[in-house]
Amino acid sequence: MSESALRPLHAALAAFGHIVDGHRPWPRYVLDVAGWGQLVDALGVRRWPLLGLWADGRTVHVALEDHSAAEFAVASLETRDATYHSLGAARPAAIRMERAIRDLAGLNAVGGVDDRPWLDHGQWRITTPLDAAGVRPAVRRAATDYRFLPVEGEGLHQIPVGPVHAGIIEPGHFRFHANGETLVRLEARLGYVHKGTEALMQGKSVADAARLAGRISGDSTVAHALAFCRAVEAATGVDIPARAHWVRAVMAEWERTANHLGDIGAICNDAAFAFIQAHCTVLRERVLQACAKAFGHRLMMDLVVPGGVAVDLAPEQAAAFAGLAVDLLPPFEDMCRIYDSKGSLLDRTVTTGITPRAEIERFWPPGHVGRAAGAGRDARLVPGYPPYTELSFAVPRFTAGDVDARVRVRMEEVRQSVRMIQRMLVAMPDGPLRVDVPAAPGEGMSLVEAFRGEVLGWVRLAADGTVARYHARDASWLQWPLLETAVYDNIVADFPLCNKSFNCSYSGHDL
Amino acid sequence: MLKHMVRSLFARPVTIDGPAAGDAALRELAAKVEALARRRLGRSLSIREIDAGSCNGCELEIHALNNPIYDLERFGIRFVASPRHADVLLVTGPVSLNMHEALLRTINATPQPRWIVAAGDCACTGGLFAGSYACAGALDSVVPVDLRIAGCPPTPLQLLEGLLALLEASAGKVKAAAAPPAAG
Repeated sequence: MSESALRPLHAALAAFGHIVDGHRPWPRYVLDVAGWGQLVDALGVRRWPLLGLWADGRTVHVALEDHSAAEFAVASLETRDATYHSLGAARPAAIRMERAIRDLAGLNAVGGVDDRPWLDHGQWRITTPLDAAGVRPAVRRAATDYRFLPVEGEGLHQIPVGPVHAGIIEPGHFRFHANGETLVRLEARLGYVHKGTEALMQGKSVADAARLAGRISGDSTVAHALAFCRAVEAATGVDIPARAHWVRAVMAEWERTANHLGDIGAICNDAAFAFIQAHCTVLRERVLQACAKAFGHRLMMDLVVPGGVAVDLAPEQAAAFAGLAVDLLPPFEDMCRIYDSKGSLLDRTVTTGITPRAEIERFWPPGHVGRAAGAGRDARLVPGYPPYTELSFAVPRFTAGDVDARVRVRMEEVRQSVRMIQRMLVAMPDGPLRVDVPAAPGEGMSLVEAFRGEVLGWVRLAADGTVARYHARDASWLQWPLLETAVYDNIVADFPLCNKSFNCSYSGHDL
Repeated sequence: MLKHMVRSLFARPVTIDGPAAGDAALRELAAKVEALARRRLGRSLSIREIDAGSCNGCELEIHALNNPIYDLERFGIRFVASPRHADVLLVTGPVSLNMHEALLRTINATPQPRWIVAAGDCACTGGLFAGSYACAGALDSVVPVDLRIAGCPPTPLQLLEGLLALLEASAGKVKAAAAPPAAG
């Protein structure tokens, strides 16, 4: 082990390669094959969480965090023969990302532990749509042609579920292996809602690409648009007006509140306790109606735009928000008390779907999945972005890692977001809402806290200011694999409960 | 909880009045609903929802139809778990090619008479994803569509207007072009 691997992230990467100009706000280091190998070795001994792994043309980028040094960085390898050393052994979250990179960009991870396709089901009109050497004609294969992991043992049976599910949820395939009622393995197959979003964004103006970013995952439209816009603003060095930061944050916190209200209700409903869901959906509806009144769209799509926001928060609408914030919490607290007082409900959620500690440390998942299990980070605090840097708040954290803990993280975040909105409505500065984004080249990265965890956005702008490459890594990428570990040894009937308590995005993952 | 139930007994319901069936939707349906279908279904519709590549925005609003404010079930419309039980397939998304086969299989599993509704701009036109290497685009490029409900995503009220139009058509309130003219 080289000594440089023991240094903080930036110093270590500087020893493995060299820093490049024009990547903001965190540095990017270009590594050669030997340097990339040193990085892989270092990942074996350092706890730097993997934030993202993606390809831009023939270059592979990995985003890492050094928690103790509060440093963020991107390390890049320009592949020569379309291969790079796999990170999958050191960072299991990288395994599916490497499979996606091969499907999209045609770059192969050498020494990877899983060589099956991931997003490409053999149905697209072309293969390797993001390949720098040019796209290749389609290689069709049957959509069902996929090797699920084998399970051997006496008395085991298989339950295939999906992609079309019984409820109104997104499509994905779950392959269960069960012994009687007890699950011994779950393997998910995703990619069904892959829409080629990243390829569609290439060559688009930042304004048009922002609309696509807002449809990466509809429930996180504000967060994904924000991640895109912050990456573009970092790349072009634009300072947006102060008020725009605050209006964006009001939107983002209402989005978080609305989603958590929906999730808390839906989790209770999956435990056959529809009462809380009925009340939570009414509260959620009130939030969406207030947002529609204030901003003109219930889910607040297309309102976060590069350079600022598309609409202002009018004084009478700010007053309406303040009133809603006051009205929302008492009935919400009633629901929390009912949740706490029903033994039959807690019997379903407590100790169900525990994320194993060892897996939490290997994946270090963001959002409620991490925070319910003693891990987790919050991009609003670290690295932090305005206006959260001016608001003091703590991240709720539980340690049980079960369905109940994930419910409680959401409950605490609803309280926190509503109180934060109340403070923001008072402290919000006046002023302009938007500045022009110059048509200039650059590279930018952003970390934005969506309701299910942080979104990573990375953009490379061409000389004419259009999008040359945008990559969004939804929190779901780091949470889906943990669902498979959380359901182990649970009964089949508790899977919906576990799945809803994670509520990973399919569209945000499949892109 | 008892307190809440007692309060609910005496409080006015939060449910809003239903909207009138959408005019545009009624016109679109008039030609398509056959008398036979009307007789069989009466004033009741079972819907199977299929996400064919949606960003999940449409699903959120379809979910909202079930909340106490819109309360879809009071109209006799309900969501069912199996296509075998469905009269209506409510399809969202720009038909991602990875979902193409699952979509066709679900449609084939739905008994006749059935209606196919495209919900949201993606299903209606392909939306922002039209032309993608991974999407078929508008739903009617894959299967014939009986009703389109536009919007990105359509609001619960817009969805309700469309579905109520379907209900009226199936209940015979709309004169179907295919039906024989009434005597006299």
